[in-house]
Amino acid sequence: MKTKMLLAGVTAGVMFAGSVLASTLDDVRARGKLNCIINTGLAGFAAPDDKGNWTGFDVDFCRAVAAATLGDADKVNYTTATGKTRFTKLAAGEGELLSRNTTWTFSRDVDLSQTFIGVNYYDGQGFMVPKALGVKSAKGLDGASVCIQTGTTTELNLAEFFAGNNIKYNPVPIETNAEAQELYKAGRCDVYTTDASGLYATMMSFDNPSDHMVLPEIVSKEPLGPVVRHGDDQWADIVAWVLRAMMAGEEKGITSKNVKELAAKDNKDKEINRLLGKDPLQGLSKLGLSPDWAVNVISQVGNYQESFEKHLFPLTIKRGMNALYRDGGLHYIPPIK
Amino acid sequence: MTFFSNIWRNEKSREIIVQIIVLFFLGWFISWLVMNVNANFEALGKDISFEFLFIPAGYDINQYLIDYNNRDSHLRAGIVGLLNTGLVAFFGIILATVLGIALGIIRLSKNWLASKIAYWYVEFTRNVPILLHILLWHGIIINTLPHPRKAISLGEVTFLSNRGFYIPKPLTETGIELVYLFFVIAIIFSILFAKYCKRKQDLTGIQYPVFWINASVICFLPLIAFFISGMPVSLEIPALKGFNFRGGMHMSPELAALTFALGIYTAAFIAEIVRAGILAIDKGQREAAESIGLKPSKVMNLVILPQARRVIIPPLTSQYLNLTKNSSLAIAIGYMDLVATLGGISLNQTGREMETMLIVMLIYLSVSLSISALMNWYNSKVKLVGR
Repeated sequence: MKTKMLLAGVTAGVMFAGSVLASTLDDVRARGKLNCIINTGLAGFAAPDDKGNWTGFDVDFCRAVAAATLGDADKVNYTTATGKTRFTKLAAGEGELLSRNTTWTFSRDVDLSQTFIGVNYYDGQGFMVPKALGVKSAKGLDGASVCIQTGTTTELNLAEFFAGNNIKYNPVPIETNAEAQELYKAGRCDVYTTDASGLYATMMSFDNPSDHMVLPEIVSKEPLGPVVRHGDDQWADIVAWVLRAMMAGEEKGITSKNVKELAAKDNKDKEINRLLGKDPLQGLSKLGLSPDWAVNVISQVGNYQESFEKHLFPLTIKRGMNALYRDGGLHYIPPIK
Repeated sequence: MTFFSNIWRNEKSREIIVQIIVLFFLGWFISWLVMNVNANFEALGKDISFEFLFIPAGYDINQYLIDYNNRDSHLRAGIVGLLNTGLVAFFGIILATVLGIALGIIRLSKNWLASKIAYWYVEFTRNVPILLHILLWHGIIINTLPHPRKAISLGEVTFLSNRGFYIPKPLTETGIELVYLFFVIAIIFSILFAKYCKRKQDLTGIQYPVFWINASVICFLPLIAFFISGMPVSLEIPALKGFNFRGGMHMSPELAALTFALGIYTAAFIAEIVRAGILAIDKGQREAAESIGLKPSKVMNLVILPQARRVIIPPLTSQYLNLTKNSSLAIAIGYMDLVATLGGISLNQTGREMETMLIVMLIYLSVSLSISALMNWYNSKVKLVGR
């Protein structure tokens, strides 16, 4: 009797586990929608526009993956997650893709059983202060109250930076960006710290952005990128190559305006032909994608540059490290052949 | 066949059979849950391990009752958080109890205005979710109090600002032992004196103002020792240095907001429990007490409340438990309690959701059970003794 009970339990467990093991691409196609986990609201990266549609740099990436896999960038269900809940939500299968300013670190990659598939934004942690405070350097922050968005790498960077410089501080950990902003504005904190991109996004949402400044110190490396669950290499490859296709678009001058035109003709640069499905790209069938996958991505979402300029230029964020390697930045993608 | 139908017809054996069946299904269900979790964890490539508790936490905590720095382990960070939970629950329970009992009694007062004020307090407070209370108090403190540089100063030693309340901190010096000694002596004297007066009253009916005598002894005896030993206490006065005050004792806006919110919210429920307890006492008791000439305060303290206590304590226990568990909402305003440290930042830094949540749940369970046990013990002391 007992063995029977055990068997029943195991069978049920295996059946449940079975659904986890099925191909992620098949799941997405069967549903006809991509479930994408995004920020609860960060201007420029993921925020609702005045019609209530999610838009932003991270949202664009969800749309790009939907365009590549389903042929339609609008077929995305968005799920929001705080810094704390995002990995749990991804692990629990609430989304196939986590596109939410997530820093790639060793332990997150190795210990949490998830796969980082690349970097779509090179960032670093900075400090924002009111100009009236009269501070010119983060080293002058001795004794300051610091608002932190919790559930991120931020807490550890902060502790290491202040301990390394022998500076005392008073941390005030807050769950979401919106609440942390309120506390900063109310003067509960002297300083607000998060990734520099987030600081600019936050500052732009203030009534008087010019009353605040970002201090020159960048205290950490924050390579932000999309994340998928560990264990489905096909899905990880798809997501990784969608990101690279967007960057290849910028590198090769393929934009949402000219992509259809370039796809129709035989280009001198054969890499463009392979990317846009004119010439065969060996192994593409293993990804389970149709030959026009990259055309869909670039025509419906745009290349990396278009997405960056559309969402991040309004926040006065410059390309900097996020330029292509040939323009002095860090984005260098493997060749498409 | 008749054997089985006989067993089934026998009420006692039927009960046992049904219980065995239910127990079997319960056991099957639980083992299925455990195996399901295991299978899913395996499928995700995760294991269950508590090793993370012993690696350095790496983050700072803004309020600690025991020494802590960011090189200490996640376990210690969890304990710091637990103590912070305990601290706010302790303050909250005191505030809620005092305020709740007062409001419950005022509610029954014959004074129309006082009774209506208590009534509206209860209705407004308990019908607004606790999270809003917390956010409201926090908002009030950080938005209405000034920046530390313009802090409200009370006699240049106590400061109120949106970074919290700073008061002077007493620092003990040598010679303080005498004060402690006199304090202990005063306590022992008070206990003996109270016993003596009780016996005297039982024998002769003569009453002494025991409370006032004992209170003055406990206050003045250590004070005399304090002056004899040459005032061995100095005050560390908070002073503005850089961005914030340094020195002195500090109560953060988060702790203050949480204490006010939890205390004031729970007080509304306690007021109703107290009112119900008092109303449960037959009015003949009050009339009898009044007819033998007891003053209203004596009627309340000697006749009504001791009897009402029996009705009040069980629901009061559950309010204390609620308050303690509600303190986990601290995370909304950045107060670093158990949920914010072990169940929050540690969880996130290590990615061990299952393990941290299990620990946090077990801790809340044991804290709640301890409060229950304590209150049950008190209840058994005051309940009617069958003779």
